[in-house]
Amino acid sequence: MSLETAARRPVTLRDAAAAPRTPGRRPGSRWRKPLLYAAMVVLAIPFVFPTWWMITSSLLPENEVLSYPPKLLPLHPQWSNYKTAFANYPLAHQYLNSLYIALLVTAGTMLVASLSGYAFARIPFPGNKVLFPLILSGLLIPTEVTVIPLFKMVDRLGLTNTHWPLIVIPILGAPSVLGTFVMRQFFLAIPDELEDAGRMDGLGRFGLYFRVALPLARPALASVAIFTFLNSWNMYLEPLVYETDKRNYTLPVALTQYTDAYGSHLWNIQLAASVTTVVPVLVVFIAAQRHFVEGLAQTGLKG
Amino acid sequence: MTTVHETEPTGERASTSRPPAGSGRFWTLRRQDTLSGWLFVLPQALGFLAFVLYPLIAVVYYSFHTSNVLSGVTKYAGTRNYSQLVHDPATPSVARATVLFCIGLVVINIALAMLLAVLLNQRLRGTTVFRTLFFSPVVVSLVAWTITWNFLLQNNGGINSMLHVVGIEGPNWLRGDNSALVSVVIVQVFKNVGLNMVLFLAALQGVPRSLLEAAEIDGAGAWRRFRSVVLPLISPTTLLTTIVTISGSLQVFAQIQILTEGGPNNRTNVLVYFFYQQAFDNHDFGYGSAVAVVLFAIILVLTLVQWRLRKKWVFYES
Repeated sequence: MSLETAARRPVTLRDAAAAPRTPGRRPGSRWRKPLLYAAMVVLAIPFVFPTWWMITSSLLPENEVLSYPPKLLPLHPQWSNYKTAFANYPLAHQYLNSLYIALLVTAGTMLVASLSGYAFARIPFPGNKVLFPLILSGLLIPTEVTVIPLFKMVDRLGLTNTHWPLIVIPILGAPSVLGTFVMRQFFLAIPDELEDAGRMDGLGRFGLYFRVALPLARPALASVAIFTFLNSWNMYLEPLVYETDKRNYTLPVALTQYTDAYGSHLWNIQLAASVTTVVPVLVVFIAAQRHFVEGLAQTGLKG
Repeated sequence: MTTVHETEPTGERASTSRPPAGSGRFWTLRRQDTLSGWLFVLPQALGFLAFVLYPLIAVVYYSFHTSNVLSGVTKYAGTRNYSQLVHDPATPSVARATVLFCIGLVVINIALAMLLAVLLNQRLRGTTVFRTLFFSPVVVSLVAWTITWNFLLQNNGGINSMLHVVGIEGPNWLRGDNSALVSVVIVQVFKNVGLNMVLFLAALQGVPRSLLEAAEIDGAGAWRRFRSVVLPLISPTTLLTTIVTISGSLQVFAQIQILTEGGPNNRTNVLVYFFYQQAFDNHDFGYGSAVAVVLFAIILVLTLVQWRLRKKWVFYES
């Protein structure tokens, strides 16, 4: 939204415990620590509990999901819920859809955004100063504003109910602009000396981009990859608008389909399917949490 | 014109990337830069024209037309779509829901993000673990998160049964006139407050320790130090997070559709959901486009206000 504000610069976090300690005792320090820990534990409940509840309830039999008293732990986990989610619905197919679309969009965005980010940062070509702010304005535009004309365009091309709009529009349209911005900010910081050395070795523009700048830009590329993958993996409005066939759905829309013939929720099956979309991402997040936190904080600007 | 030959031009600025061209005379460094610059930005620039600029112009055009989905005929309608929006009996509820959702989300989100950041900024062991926990909903799929809360907030769902254990009868959260909006706000706060928390944490870590110590020596208590030293210093972050959260609050669609479908009585029918109803449930692209233009105008005004505010409100910006 705001294009040059403080937080657009890379966000780096220190471990607070490692900060230098000031000498001297604070008043009430005996109770301070336990109280702070207690506050954090209580506050953590609404953040952790839903995910926990999603996982445990996905293992309950249907007659126990809404029973009283609440079941915090499934004593006899019913793993067959997962089998049902995959066997009775095209979930495996939808899973593959989401995966291959997100991977293509991520790769395409990394290419497009790093190319134009590089040009905006390092190539003095006429139009550079005009084009960059113009393209950046794409960040302001919510998906909903442009979706009607885009739907009509896709429809005219006969590409509704295919995956083309879910792949091509994010790579070339507004969603990749954030990636361009992140890449440009990074490339601006590369010292001129490095490129001069590359020129001495006979590298042209593409060589300078591909051999000198891009290898240095791995952290920025990682941020772009993380938020692009997550945005594609989680997109909801676009598949809802462009896809009509269940087998073409991606996961978020697919997850809303778990109802019986009367339209009531099959909670345990729906939650089992939800778990399969959440857990892989959570595992990667915990393994690389610093990259995620810093990468998303500087870029993933959604309220 | 120069002749095309295979050998590379000599000179330290020689280029291997551009198409084989003649000696350095035509391909001056400047021309090389022009060509390579435009080639590099070409995909993005074409994409911008086709998927951002064109649809933006088209949506304004459609908003002045009516289109019949069955026959596909489009007719000029003047400002009829906009006057329909003004006179729509749902409009007051939509405006109310949008504004209340936005205010509720911003106030709770910013306050909670600041509180969590202050807690994480205490010099305690294990804060990284808590940071990970508070941040984790950000990476959880929005739809999966919303489905889980939908399950928890059912009348006989997890939250009410737990309240029952301690002797409280909870409301039917998603069906009550006021509790529905509150529920939707809460679900959204916990989903994304981690992002703002991290931004505040980075800002807090940038507050010079010497200033806080000086204030302490002057006899300022913890609250006074926070209010008079920390708060002014982190004001750029407060402004940024507020603006981003406001603009995000205008784009909650999946949450509303899954939790309430705009109900009860349009109490949670925010502008983007109303847009979806008109454009894709009722297939009225003319009216839907008018709503989309209004949404865009609001975002535009917010952006301008933000540019203004940045100069006046922010005490410090490096």
